[in-house]
Amino acid sequence: MPEFFLELFSEEIPARMQARAAEDLARLVGEALAVLNPSGAISFCGTRRIAVRLQLDAGVAESRVAERGPRIAAPEQALAGFLRKHGATKDMLSQDGDVWVLDRVVPGVAAAELIARVMPGLIRRFPWPKSMRWGGTSTLAWVRPLRRITCLFDDVVVPFSLAEGADDGHGLVASFLSEGHRFLSPGAFIVTSAAQWQAELRARHVIVDAVERRAIVAGGVAGLAADVGCSIVEDAGLLDEVAGLVEWPVPLLGQIDPAYMDLPAEVMQVSMRVNQRYFALRNPDGTAAPYFAFAANIAATDGGAAIIAGNERVLRARFSDARHFWDLDRTRTLESRVAALDAITFHAKLGSQGERVRRMVTLAGHIAPMVGADPALARRAALLAKADLTTGMVGEFPELQGVIGSYYASHDGEDAAVADAVRDHYAPKGLGDAVPTAPVAIAVALADKLDILAGFFAIGEKPTGSGDPFALRRAALGVIRIIREGGLRLNLAPLVVQAGLANASELIEFLAERLRVQLRTEGARHDVLTAVLSQGIDDDFARLLARTDAVAALLGTTDGANLLAAAKRAANILRIEDKKDGPHEGEVDPALLSLPEEQTLAACLDSVAPAVARAIATEHFAAAMAELASLRGPLDAFFASVTVNDERPELRRNRLRLLSRVRAAMSLAADFSKIDG
Amino acid sequence: MTETTRPPSFQDLILRLHAFWAQQGCVILQPYDVEMGAGTFHPATTLRALGPKPWAAAYVQPSRRPSDGRYGENPNRLQHYYQYQVIMKPSPADAQALLLDSYRAIGLDPLLHDFRFVEDDWESPTLGAWGLGWEVWCDGMEVGQFTYFQQVGGIATVLPSFEMTYGLERLAMYVQNVERVYDLDFNGRGVTYGDVFLRAEREYSAHNFEHANVERLARHFADAELECAALLEQKLALPAYDQCIKASHLFNLLDARGVISVTERAGYIGRVRTLAKGCCEAWLAGEAADSPQLAAV
Repeated sequence: MPEFFLELFSEEIPARMQARAAEDLARLVGEALAVLNPSGAISFCGTRRIAVRLQLDAGVAESRVAERGPRIAAPEQALAGFLRKHGATKDMLSQDGDVWVLDRVVPGVAAAELIARVMPGLIRRFPWPKSMRWGGTSTLAWVRPLRRITCLFDDVVVPFSLAEGADDGHGLVASFLSEGHRFLSPGAFIVTSAAQWQAELRARHVIVDAVERRAIVAGGVAGLAADVGCSIVEDAGLLDEVAGLVEWPVPLLGQIDPAYMDLPAEVMQVSMRVNQRYFALRNPDGTAAPYFAFAANIAATDGGAAIIAGNERVLRARFSDARHFWDLDRTRTLESRVAALDAITFHAKLGSQGERVRRMVTLAGHIAPMVGADPALARRAALLAKADLTTGMVGEFPELQGVIGSYYASHDGEDAAVADAVRDHYAPKGLGDAVPTAPVAIAVALADKLDILAGFFAIGEKPTGSGDPFALRRAALGVIRIIREGGLRLNLAPLVVQAGLANASELIEFLAERLRVQLRTEGARHDVLTAVLSQGIDDDFARLLARTDAVAALLGTTDGANLLAAAKRAANILRIEDKKDGPHEGEVDPALLSLPEEQTLAACLDSVAPAVARAIATEHFAAAMAELASLRGPLDAFFASVTVNDERPELRRNRLRLLSRVRAAMSLAADFSKIDG
Repeated sequence: MTETTRPPSFQDLILRLHAFWAQQGCVILQPYDVEMGAGTFHPATTLRALGPKPWAAAYVQPSRRPSDGRYGENPNRLQHYYQYQVIMKPSPADAQALLLDSYRAIGLDPLLHDFRFVEDDWESPTLGAWGLGWEVWCDGMEVGQFTYFQQVGGIATVLPSFEMTYGLERLAMYVQNVERVYDLDFNGRGVTYGDVFLRAEREYSAHNFEHANVERLARHFADAELECAALLEQKLALPAYDQCIKASHLFNLLDARGVISVTERAGYIGRVRTLAKGCCEAWLAGEAADSPQLAAV
């Protein structure tokens, strides 16, 4: 099959957008040319280009299509609309049964013609995350200025222009020209096929396959590290980014001035990774090694000596800044910095960071005994938790808040548990981040998050569908994860009140909702949680989840699934009959239980209902579910043999009351009507 | 840089950039005489970026960042430094190539050094402005910022400009292979950057962090705000804009004094943005009145 090739050559595309753009390009081209049966798509991306090659049919032959229109009985407008859509008249229609049919000729089209027709719109409206305008003649927006379009079909140029109406599309027309490396191979070259393009680019110092570039960088830096007896600190994200920043990766190794090697490893790594996109190296014993690796985009005429020297200088300047702050900060204790927090506003309505810290101290001391922490240490850690916000180092590296405080706390001779808690109390910072596990850190981390949540809820700053400017959802998820992963038993409502929110229920509901969303994200039975929650929110989330797990486990058994079906049936009958003359509550009259199946069910309920209530009260949720499961047999038998809506009103009422008791017993565990399926 | 020749002095760097950009048809302007945080605030960029008239200019702008003062003790950081600013409207198709030529002109050879364009979305909340572009890296160091202006004063640019900002001290340190800004060769005849500016850095750091009178600064801010509004009533866009720049600098000073809380901060920025927006609108209205043929745009 003939090959289609498209390259969009632009000024430097942000590294983080390249891979997605290449996928989008392959997908959109495939969709736009679907009638040509595209196959074997391969996409490419790099610093200055995205491209795709795929196989297509040479064209589509003329064909006839029977378009089915509205029913003959349909209103006049429906038919008029159908005719308008196809540019047809009524005499062109035939009838098929009770439907109008238009026998339509679909003209054939050559591949090149279709390509030229659909590409301009596809390119003009390419879905970049953020686009910009440039120049003076066109409103065409792209990620960065688009400079060339190469488009071939069957190795022949498919000419088209990006002009649209009065807009000249920056004068861009598809041609057979592409460009190699900006510095090593400047100027255009002629493209004759996708394969030739890829080979020619390699000769012109561009590796256009992102996977290959990544492998060159990964292998190169690993080799350089091995040469000096070290290894690279693995960083897949950095590798991806670096592969997107170079067309011709040349891995190089630089040295770190030993004078800076006593800086905290985190400081060096943030500086190298975030600011410089360097790979950190470590010694065989795991300690930081005095080297860094990186990829240049050029094979320099001096073998890279000037580039290495330049990069070493840049890093020296960065570390010199960090060293300045590191030395200056440590001339004062962390404790002496606490007072300065009074001058930093946390939020106009929630006071200063100092006030926030005082609230956290109280709250952490309160939480400590519940999580097995020493209250004095928890209070101390909370007091120092935010003090590093006033240090020069955190001013310089905001992402190291907590980490820096922890180093300074250790330097001041604080208890190790306190220093660790200062570092870990922000955790978990995101989905992939671990939760604190040490008791003191747990106490402070919960105090930190509950203070934020209670504070913002108290001033009416709750997250909305569109916005969560204070990251309250993240704080809520943090609370939930710390409790779940730590198996913590605590009642949140009194803590929320303690944190200053008099009306706790709204926040507890918010937390429960986040828990439900989290379960859904995990692919767990969030409907089961909904069913349990609708019986009233238990603010002890560990207990709430244990109960939810038990209900979900029950539903996973055959007994449970059948019980659910029977319970739903009972609930449905009750809903319908209650509407007529309900509610059907009240005592079941044993004298009116005429059939053995209803007698068995009633007897079973007499023992099961109190047993379930007892088991739940003592948190024996599995036992409670086993009790409920024992209802399945009698309930199935009941439905198999007993007519609920008996002609005799007293029998009907009694049987409805019996079903009402079934529903009540089930409700002790959850509202089963909320369960899916 | 070719290692055999002596690298340019600080002032020579400026002269070479002037010569280069003059060659490209830029109007070579002198620094604006109002304190400002960046060369972008110069009316030759902020105001001229708006509307449909082509424009090209280059100039050095002293830039004041009161919070960056380090009493002359930090080798890299200054509360007063120089930006070299270029604006070309509309953005020329060869903007990137021109830029690289300008680096060649000051002795940085792209075949010897590793030049990159690394994503950087520029935004100035106080000016209500944003654009897309890159940090320009040379051997891992940011040697400039390249932006295609998309919006200024809350108004979309009809002709997007190319804006290039060079941090002159940092660039000079790189070219001269100097580790401490005060050691820069200023004139090629023995005068260092420290000879010229070290005392100023010490004194202004003390002013910015310790002695600037907070009440008076707040009053000056309010005055500048009122004056700007009054001048806008008279449709005097340029004098009004001076007051807007003054307000922005006064805000930066208050910020350095550490008396602006996070929420107040947003409030101050919003107030300056409102002034900037008013000035930009008044400027555009004046442009249209100047040239009736543009009134329709």
